[in-house]
Amino acid sequence: MTNSYNPLLLLLIGVPLVGAIGMMFAKNLPVRTTKLIALLFSLVPLALAVLLWVNFKAHDYQPTPAVNPTPTATPVDSVVPLFSQVFSVDWIPAFGIRFSLGVDGISLVMIALIALLVPIVIGASWEEKLPAGRSVAGYLGLLLALESAMIGVFAATDVFLFYVMFEVMLIPMYFLIGAYGGARRTYAATKFFLYSLLGGLMMLASLIGLYVASADIRPEGGTLDWATLRSIADQIPVGTQIWIFFGFFIAFAIKAPLVPLHTWLPDAGAEAPVGAGTLLVGVLDKVGTFGFLRICLPLLPAASTKLAWLVLLLASIGIIYGAIVAAGQTNLKRFVTYTSIAHFGFIAMGCFVFTTQAVSGAVLYMVNHGLATGLLFLLVGMLAARGGSVNVKDYGGVWKVAPILTGLFLVASMATIAVPGTNSFISEFLVLLGSFRTQPVWAIIATCGIVLAAVYMLWIFQQVFTGPIRGRAVVATDPGDDHLAPAPSLGEVRTDPHGIPAVGPQPASTVTVTSTSVTTGVDPAARTVSLSTDVITEADPAARAEPVAAPGRRLRFGDLSKREIAVLSPLVVLIIFLGVYPKPVLDVINPTADRTVIDSGHTVGTGLDVTADRAQQEGK
Amino acid sequence: MIAAVNNAAGLVTAAAADTVQKIDAPTVDLRAVLPVLIVLGGACLGVLVEAVFQRRTRYPVQLFVTLATLVAAAVAVVWGAVDRHYAVTFAGSIAVDQASYVSWGVILVLAVLSVLLIADRVSEPGGAIVAQAAVRVGSKQEAAAARRVLPMHTEVFPLTLFAIGGMLVFPAASDLLTLFVALEVLSLPLYLMSGMARRRRLISQEAAVKYFLLGAFASAIMLYGIALLYGYAGGIGFSDIRRVAQLGTGSDVLLLAGIALLFVGLLFKASVGPFHLWTPDVYQGAPTPVTAFMAACTKAAAFAAMMRILIVALEPMTWTWRPVLWWVAIASMAIGAIMGITQTDFKRMLAYSSIAHAGFLLLGVMAVSDKGASATLFYLLTYGVATIGAFAILTIVRRASPGADPDGPGGVGPEAGSVADWAGLAKRSPLLAASMSLFLLSFAGIPLTSGFIGKLSVFSAAAAEGMGALVVVAMVATAITAFFYLRIVVLMYFSDPPSGTVTLPSGAAGGDGSGAAGESAAGVLTATRTQARTVVIAPGALTAAVITVCVILTLALGIVPSWGLDLTEITSGFLY
Repeated sequence: MTNSYNPLLLLLIGVPLVGAIGMMFAKNLPVRTTKLIALLFSLVPLALAVLLWVNFKAHDYQPTPAVNPTPTATPVDSVVPLFSQVFSVDWIPAFGIRFSLGVDGISLVMIALIALLVPIVIGASWEEKLPAGRSVAGYLGLLLALESAMIGVFAATDVFLFYVMFEVMLIPMYFLIGAYGGARRTYAATKFFLYSLLGGLMMLASLIGLYVASADIRPEGGTLDWATLRSIADQIPVGTQIWIFFGFFIAFAIKAPLVPLHTWLPDAGAEAPVGAGTLLVGVLDKVGTFGFLRICLPLLPAASTKLAWLVLLLASIGIIYGAIVAAGQTNLKRFVTYTSIAHFGFIAMGCFVFTTQAVSGAVLYMVNHGLATGLLFLLVGMLAARGGSVNVKDYGGVWKVAPILTGLFLVASMATIAVPGTNSFISEFLVLLGSFRTQPVWAIIATCGIVLAAVYMLWIFQQVFTGPIRGRAVVATDPGDDHLAPAPSLGEVRTDPHGIPAVGPQPASTVTVTSTSVTTGVDPAARTVSLSTDVITEADPAARAEPVAAPGRRLRFGDLSKREIAVLSPLVVLIIFLGVYPKPVLDVINPTADRTVIDSGHTVGTGLDVTADRAQQEGK
Repeated sequence: MIAAVNNAAGLVTAAAADTVQKIDAPTVDLRAVLPVLIVLGGACLGVLVEAVFQRRTRYPVQLFVTLATLVAAAVAVVWGAVDRHYAVTFAGSIAVDQASYVSWGVILVLAVLSVLLIADRVSEPGGAIVAQAAVRVGSKQEAAAARRVLPMHTEVFPLTLFAIGGMLVFPAASDLLTLFVALEVLSLPLYLMSGMARRRRLISQEAAVKYFLLGAFASAIMLYGIALLYGYAGGIGFSDIRRVAQLGTGSDVLLLAGIALLFVGLLFKASVGPFHLWTPDVYQGAPTPVTAFMAACTKAAAFAAMMRILIVALEPMTWTWRPVLWWVAIASMAIGAIMGITQTDFKRMLAYSSIAHAGFLLLGVMAVSDKGASATLFYLLTYGVATIGAFAILTIVRRASPGADPDGPGGVGPEAGSVADWAGLAKRSPLLAASMSLFLLSFAGIPLTSGFIGKLSVFSAAAAEGMGALVVVAMVATAITAFFYLRIVVLMYFSDPPSGTVTLPSGAAGGDGSGAAGESAAGVLTATRTQARTVVIAPGALTAAVITVCVILTLALGIVPSWGLDLTEITSGFLY
């Protein structure tokens, strides 16, 4: 095999890694400088990702006829190289292992998503409150290390390298949750690590199985190179394939997560710091569904076809179960993770119905879910940072307090429940459309999930954002007040000189708040308001002097700052843009989706099993 | 192949009645066994040094002699291996082939690291080895000796060399008696060294006695097995057994019983599975550097020897013994993994971890292929390096207990044996915690550490021989072991350091200091004491060097494993 040295992907992995190592020595720098350096190191990959996209479109790929009408479809890869931007050198020749990187349409969009989300997450974590004794440099360093490993997973074109990156990705996330997370962080981190490690080891067992199976077929010995394995995939006996499939499937089902293996995600998501949680739900979990498409379908086609029912069953259960459990959550972060579990059901379903539409839809869903849930998770984080609580019951009427936050949350909610005009609609529609053609029953069950999604999302939105201002996270009571005192049921709002609306016990009609007065709440005094009521009153003596607020009912926070709006706006723009015009992304995804479907032994157009189709034709 | 020659002794006694038969002098290839000769010669030299030099000068001289011996032996190994000087010599009792050279290389690398650790007199003032081993525990002389911080017994160096000599013969032994003699040569010094801990004398001596008694028992059983196999094959050479097994002419009862008893002895030495009972006690009681030496080198020698027996002598019987070893491996992995979770003492935890790893290693041994052999030896190297590194760190993390341990030299407490003592270590000693985490991750088999490549090679060798189900069991066991490795990482990074008064059960507090406190290790008392914070003492130069080398090797063998895999690769099989 020849070596290639296209440096772009190596740089994409290397630059964040260098940044992460640099952060180790940045402990003594001023905090602001540290943050700027980290942001710089995350913006370079973004630029590189743009370059990668441009190169991909320009050089290595011409659009092929999207749908091949004949059942005996010629593989698309006969004209288009499997991977673009290849970097490949020998690594462990004893096992036929190479360090090879490359992108196809699916991994390209995922790498672009990572490169986009990481700077956004760093921007959103700018004023993150870390647990005592933890350094900002460490936090940002781990985020960059995570970015490097995540890009590595998606860029790996050697199954062994994929596995290595898959496992290495755990370590920064483990420390992000364990060192920087919430109250039960140690528990959550350990659970996350053990679940993932168990999956990883099952995958290792299967990887060895794949190696041994390839050694049985190839006279020159075993290999773990993806392209080579692909070329011999059809010769691996079905029985062997099924065993190997199970190992990979368990690993990916834990990572994705599919329902019986999902219990680590709500804990990890709820305890992770917001930035890490966003990457966890937005990108890291996609590795599971990406694995389905990269490994299970093309390398184990017979087993994938045979066991598709199992995945579809778990996916459908996940869609319904995730939605129902999400509706019952009182913790906002856990809520987001359960919505994600429902969405992963859709993605997994799209992967295993073997039609181009569904696979394209699933990949697009992976991107869209990253954008929409990323936005949702960041907004939950910003809300929680203000209110100091993730409990739904502690909030109410936030719309009146923070209208911009609420507006963005509404966008994210709409995208989450796939309202037409938002990006998720396209992908969900594609998945359902593609599924219905071959698996109508599962598609119908999944459609019920959409209704449930509307229920849970609107319910939460209603509880937190609409109605009168209430809840102890929104309204500060007297310093002497018991924290657990019932929140004021109905209060009217008045503004103090700092623009922070204050709630008094007067009749509701006395003063109403205009949106302008509330948006001025971004002034510094409002933003320094912290979690404890004692601090509030000390930090803001005006609050005591305020005669009207004699019983001392004051709002605890204002709306989003300019930084936060700037950080979130790219996500909002993309949600709307891809909802209206998804073609640029779909154009990239489609050829690879076609190829994946063909590789899995199905025809592009009908989604039927090629062999069955041929037999039918010969029968005629 | 030289089988014709090696029954000379047996033939003589049979033929002595009639005429005096001409005895062919066995071929002796001294160059092939040069490394062994160098090490044993160095050991004898060490004994002379004890007799000739004054107490003050013995330490530097002994250290020099020991290291020079090991380096010379290593050079001899490289010389022989590069020249491909393979031979079956000494009347077929020693086989020097590619596998022998690789085993010797692995053992010598690990031995050098262990000797450096044993020799460190800075981390523990005077050294981890006691100054006067013969003084009764708890006596006035002992208290006096403890106060004066006498330098350690330098006899430990020749003892170590003798043990290494035995370890070198063990994997090259090609007949059962040589195997047995080598086993005894490597074991006897170890029994002695286990009882020579400077601190916690009582449990150290208890460990030594336990190790000796159980070891002697295992040796006896093994000898019985050897006798039965002799009865089966009519010869003690591995090649004899192989020949008879291929012909299928011998008595199956003798063969099966012989194999079983022989393997009890071998599995005992390698601390595998249900024959592990000595391991936790001895690991805990022995001086930590000696534990590191045992865990790394003895294991390497024992597995290499086991491999030669299985591949040379018992290869025709693979389908007989493999199902048995299959269950032994499962038992070993399960015991190590599950019992490891419940341990509160660091050294005991590492002991159970070593039992689990013995199970993993057995997979490579059972493969009975060149690939399996290379994989096993590579695994032994990676495991040994990480083990020595972990124990090296263990020697410098101490309990700071000036009040609680008045007898302790230098005011530094004993090693922080309890796992709980390690809480919050990362905040105070980030480098140390990172190194320890690296070793633990390597044990757990996380990619980019050497342990992962080791597991990968062993498991793929086993899978290639149709042991896929066992590989899956091994994966599950790995996941369980990862839990207790991870627990340490969690403690070091995410917990607050312990402080204040805590009530410790005797298991954790027991044996603080020497003498009287050591008695509580017997497990009767429950001590309440002020547990001060753990301190990390400045490591001596030798310990620091060992840790550094181990870190570098663990990373290098994990990231660019090719050179290590190439060095341990066995292509030409085993000679016999």
